[in-house]
Amino acid sequence: MLLGSSMSSIAETSVPVVPRRLPAASSWTLTIAVAVALAALLPLGFVLWATVATGWETAFQLIFRQRVGDLMVNTVLLVVFTIPVCAMLAVSLAWLTERSDLPGARLWSWLAVAPLAVPAFVHSYAWIGLWPGLHGLSGGVAISVVAYFPFLYLPVSAAFRLLDPALEDQAASLGLAPFAVFRRVVLPQLRLALCGGALLIGLHLLAEYGLYAMIRFDTFTTAILDQFQSTYNGVAAHMLALVLVLCCFVLLGLEAGLRGRRRYARLGPGVARRPKITKLGRWKYFCLLLPLVVAAFSLGIPALTLGRWLIAGGAGIWRMDEIGLALWQTLVICLIGGIATTAAAVPIAWLSVRRPTRASRFLEGCYYLASSMPGVVVALALVTVTVRVMLPLYQTVATIVLAYVVMFLPRALVSLRASIAQVPVELEQAAASLGRSPGNALWATTVRLAAPGAAAGVALASLGIMNELTATQMLAPNGTRTLAMAFWALTGEIDYAGAAPYALLMVVFSMPLTWLLYSQSKKIAGR
Amino acid sequence: MTLLQLTSLRKHYGAVAALDGVGLSVAAGSRTAIVGPSGCGKTTLLRLVAGFDQPDAGSIVFGGRVLVDGAFQVPAHKRGIGIVSQDGCLFPHLTVAQNIGFGMEAERAVKEASAAELMDMVGLDRAMLSRKPDQLSGGQQQRVALARALARKPRLMLLDEPFSALDTGLRAATRKAVTDVLTAAGITTLLVTHDQAEALAFADQVAVMRAGRFAQVGSPREVYSRPVDPATAAFLGEAIVLPAAVAGGRAESPLGVLPVDDAAYRGSAEIMLRPEQISVTGGGGNGVSGTIAEISFCGPTSDVRIALGGTDISIRLDIPSREALAAGDQVTIGVSGKAHLFRQ
Ligand SMILES: Nc1ncnc2c1ncn2[C@@H]1O[C@H](COP(=O)(O)OP(=O)(O)OP(=O)(O)O)[C@@H](O)[C@H]1O
Ligand SMILES: [Mg+2]
Repeated sequence: MLLGSSMSSIAETSVPVVPRRLPAASSWTLTIAVAVALAALLPLGFVLWATVATGWETAFQLIFRQRVGDLMVNTVLLVVFTIPVCAMLAVSLAWLTERSDLPGARLWSWLAVAPLAVPAFVHSYAWIGLWPGLHGLSGGVAISVVAYFPFLYLPVSAAFRLLDPALEDQAASLGLAPFAVFRRVVLPQLRLALCGGALLIGLHLLAEYGLYAMIRFDTFTTAILDQFQSTYNGVAAHMLALVLVLCCFVLLGLEAGLRGRRRYARLGPGVARRPKITKLGRWKYFCLLLPLVVAAFSLGIPALTLGRWLIAGGAGIWRMDEIGLALWQTLVICLIGGIATTAAAVPIAWLSVRRPTRASRFLEGCYYLASSMPGVVVALALVTVTVRVMLPLYQTVATIVLAYVVMFLPRALVSLRASIAQVPVELEQAAASLGRSPGNALWATTVRLAAPGAAAGVALASLGIMNELTATQMLAPNGTRTLAMAFWALTGEIDYAGAAPYALLMVVFSMPLTWLLYSQSKKIAGR
Repeated sequence: MTLLQLTSLRKHYGAVAALDGVGLSVAAGSRTAIVGPSGCGKTTLLRLVAGFDQPDAGSIVFGGRVLVDGAFQVPAHKRGIGIVSQDGCLFPHLTVAQNIGFGMEAERAVKEASAAELMDMVGLDRAMLSRKPDQLSGGQQQRVALARALARKPRLMLLDEPFSALDTGLRAATRKAVTDVLTAAGITTLLVTHDQAEALAFADQVAVMRAGRFAQVGSPREVYSRPVDPATAAFLGEAIVLPAAVAGGRAESPLGVLPVDDAAYRGSAEIMLRPEQISVTGGGGNGVSGTIAEISFCGPTSDVRIALGGTDISIRLDIPSREALAAGDQVTIGVSGKAHLFRQ
């Protein structure tokens, strides 16, 4: 008891004192955060504007036609097949790596995340290298599964680590057989992770261009890009974008409905026991097949195809001048984009940790909503706005960086928030009491100490930018040729061997960033 | 009739012997408390009985049925033993009603009706049935957990420090409520606690555990007044242990010649008195005299150290607070009842 009360009095003294009136620093931060949110919501505003400008009649004709119906069928089937397969794969793999005595579990766990280092369109490139005839829905689903299941594996395995095994014991003592325990106790607690991961995959399926273009599977995104490339920027493309955005909203709504209201925090004091490890016994080798097969498809195929093309191409494909230039341009754009994204995330990250209010939560919601818009819509919006309103900005670095900020801000936000939350607010107050202005105090304390989180944010945003193709292609300044763009141009000319070095470089540079993502998810889960 | 029989249970975690040969028999309808310091293996023992872990050796027989023997092991879900753990362990994703109905195999309406009855039984308001566990207080969570375990009408209920998360007042009330419910339902109970007062108040049989073994098993009165060794004595309450020369049921000790509870023993030994056997009076009188060496005031009682006259031995005990006493005062110490003898 004594310990309890003295602990709680310690806790009371360390509760940050939140001032009633917003000091100058807050209002400034809030202003910047609102401005960034407005910029982020530009694509959504554009779609609304385009719909109104098109007029009801034309819009109706352009939307309710055979072509859009076909695209809708493709999209729905793609989502409906891919997500459940990913979910089953992710849950099985997560269970095997977290809850069983699978030999080499740590290795398999990393290998289940590593496919993220291979851009989706490189997966596609690898598969048609092996099966040139691959196309259509079945190909699309198969490649999407191997390219995207890590988005579910990461949160689900983290959730497995956080589950309190006492609940499972309790369920057993109430007469439930092991499988029933899994269904009635474990799965419901994974729901949040499953919904979040499934949403992320769904949004990627809607937004991805290169993967599907390469195997000639039409989705809204590929159709919009085709339109854009042929008729530049017509009303038809705008209406396809409208439908695509509506699809995104359907996914967001579904997820919000299925997710449930609250987090399932552990009740009660103390730390949870270590989860019980199931002994696989003679099933061990059979179970090993799953991660083995998954790794073969998700990593083996890219490695095989790349290796084959690299060997077949020999030294001739390493045109160092071109490759060097593309690499340099990619690194520069990743760095600028990553830093800009993180900088844009600082105000809202600080507000949401230090001054959590309704307004800050609402703003945060805006950023997440904005980033769930497909790259093609973001790019379309920025092209239209720059051409019509601010022509000098058309196809400049500023515009493309804005697109990246809109698309990848939440990645930076997540790491920033976590690290700002670890810096005690008293430091900021101490700096202020030593005569620093509020902004200066913030800079000298929290920003400095949250630097590792910011670096992680830059890295994660850069990972997204490096493998981004759609918006980059539509917005890049003339003469720009990033690794992804060069790769895409070469595969377009059926020069698969020539494209291999670019793919290799993208993978090599993505690896450490993916490792960062992996270790960050471990850290968030506390182990 | 014996309901639960544990025989030489052993469980090692690496080099740590959490259980080192534990045997116990629990009579049907009785209440047994296992008490011991933190880390002595109480939870481990309950987990073995519940079937959450497997012992390295030993056997468990429950109601004539072998639950564990060597490698043979009945899984937890087939044992029909209820357990309420330290933090209640309610399922956070289910409402109170769903939690209580979790282990029942019945139609929805039946489940709901019996959930409501169980809520009455554990003294909770039926209006809470639709709440989520995180909208309940700690004590309420404990009672829901008890209702959930009761719903399956188990013959044996395991309670792992179910009251330790509660504050003192609520603790006594909840303990009383739980005891009443279990007694009314005629359910055999095994309670684990590190609070000796709780164990003595709750049980018909107390098992004192130390470092993975039972130091002593017996009725509350027996373990309290006739503990097997000084450590057990100290664990169950304040004890004054003194050297003595014993012969013919009498001990010559620094507190004078005292009757002991062992008529046969001869020789030197240690004897024990409980503080309630000792009376301290100011000034002269019958008994041994001593000097107050230290005194500290703790409200209703004062903690004193009394140096006994003619020896270099001093005893420490709580006495009712009195205005008059101060350090350096002469007091007389009287002893009532028999001293307990530790055989060596
Ligand atoms: N999973 C485990 N792995 C390793 N050691 C363990 C494990 N569980 C328990 N132990 C060890 O076994 C011993 C007994 O633990 P147990 O939890 O049974 O103690 P306890 O008597 O219930 O203590 P408390 O009163 O603090 O709950 C302790 O030394 C503990 O460190
Ligand atoms: Mg315990």
